Amino acid sequence: MSALWWGVIGTSAIAFLLKFVGHSVPEKYLTNPRALRINTLIPIALLSALVAVQTFSDKSRLVLDQRAVGMSVAIIALVLKAPFPIVVLGSAAASALVWHLG
Amino acid sequence: MGQNVRVSRVNRTTAAASLSVSFTVGLYGVAFGAAGIAAGFSLIQTCLLSLLTFSGASQFAVVGVLGSGGTALAGIATASLLGIRNALYGLRLAPLLRLRGWRKVAGAQVTIDESTGVALGQSDLGEEAMKQGFWLTGLGVYFFWNIFTLLGALGAQAMGDPAAWGLDAAVPAAFLGLVWPRLTNNYEKLLAASALVLSLLLTPFVAAGIPIISTALLAVAFGWKARS
Repeated sequence: MSALWWGVIGTSAIAFLLKFVGHSVPEKYLTNPRALRINTLIPIALLSALVAVQTFSDKSRLVLDQRAVGMSVAIIALVLKAPFPIVVLGSAAASALVWHLG
Repeated sequence: MGQNVRVSRVNRTTAAASLSVSFTVGLYGVAFGAAGIAAGFSLIQTCLLSLLTFSGASQFAVVGVLGSGGTALAGIATASLLGIRNALYGLRLAPLLRLRGWRKVAGAQVTIDESTGVALGQSDLGEEAMKQGFWLTGLGVYFFWNIFTLLGALGAQAMGDPAAWGLDAAVPAAFLGLVWPRLTNNYEKLLAASALVLSLLLTPFVAAGIPIISTALLAVAFGWKARS
């Protein structure tokens, strides 16, 4: 079997296992107030990191490109309490515009 | 059972959030489909990654690593590091969803950034809205992500650069839109800013995926002590 097939099957198997394990951890673990607090904060940390990495990196390099402009537009839209699709489409339009100009 | 009944009672806010997230995030499947083909994966392999792995960052990681000559093990390890957060989301959602049997299998498969983000974003509207947000977004992203993966893979040659369509900015903007309503106090804003800085500081020095997962340690540190 080729490396690509191993990659597809291995990644898929572990991805599902991780998802399933999360739903299977004993519930008593979650009555701990500290664990509850941490669990509330985890998506904030990971989603913020995803925003940062997907905006300012290209593989392992830090870059400043059209995506930063798109993100600025998204922040302005969010500050102005714009609905979600406007945030995303505004960001995409600004980014694409800068890309085509550059 | 009452899935249709439940869906028909979904409030407008939750349905709108779920649909817009599903569509915009799903659209990025075009880029993944194209990336898979460009990395040398077959049409079937590319589509299987979206159907079975179903976690965007993990999928991009595995085709990126293998496409640039990495080993299968390196690709799987990188993708799995990015998938750990789904376990953390499951942990967060389990007491809300209380899934059993085949629903647990289906629910686990659609436990991703977006379904978790929308579910938690509905907390003001009550538990039922949170559950609806989870299922609508999870299944919605699954549907659009797989359709658009296929379209992207089929049109890989014609597509060109996803940056030309602004898709490279749309995905982080979607994540930003998901995290924004979660930042309800200065402590959470400080955590978000810290995670942003830490992930960028680590990016040049460690393997892809580590900068993101390592910010979970920040959440542990921030949540360790009760806030005064």
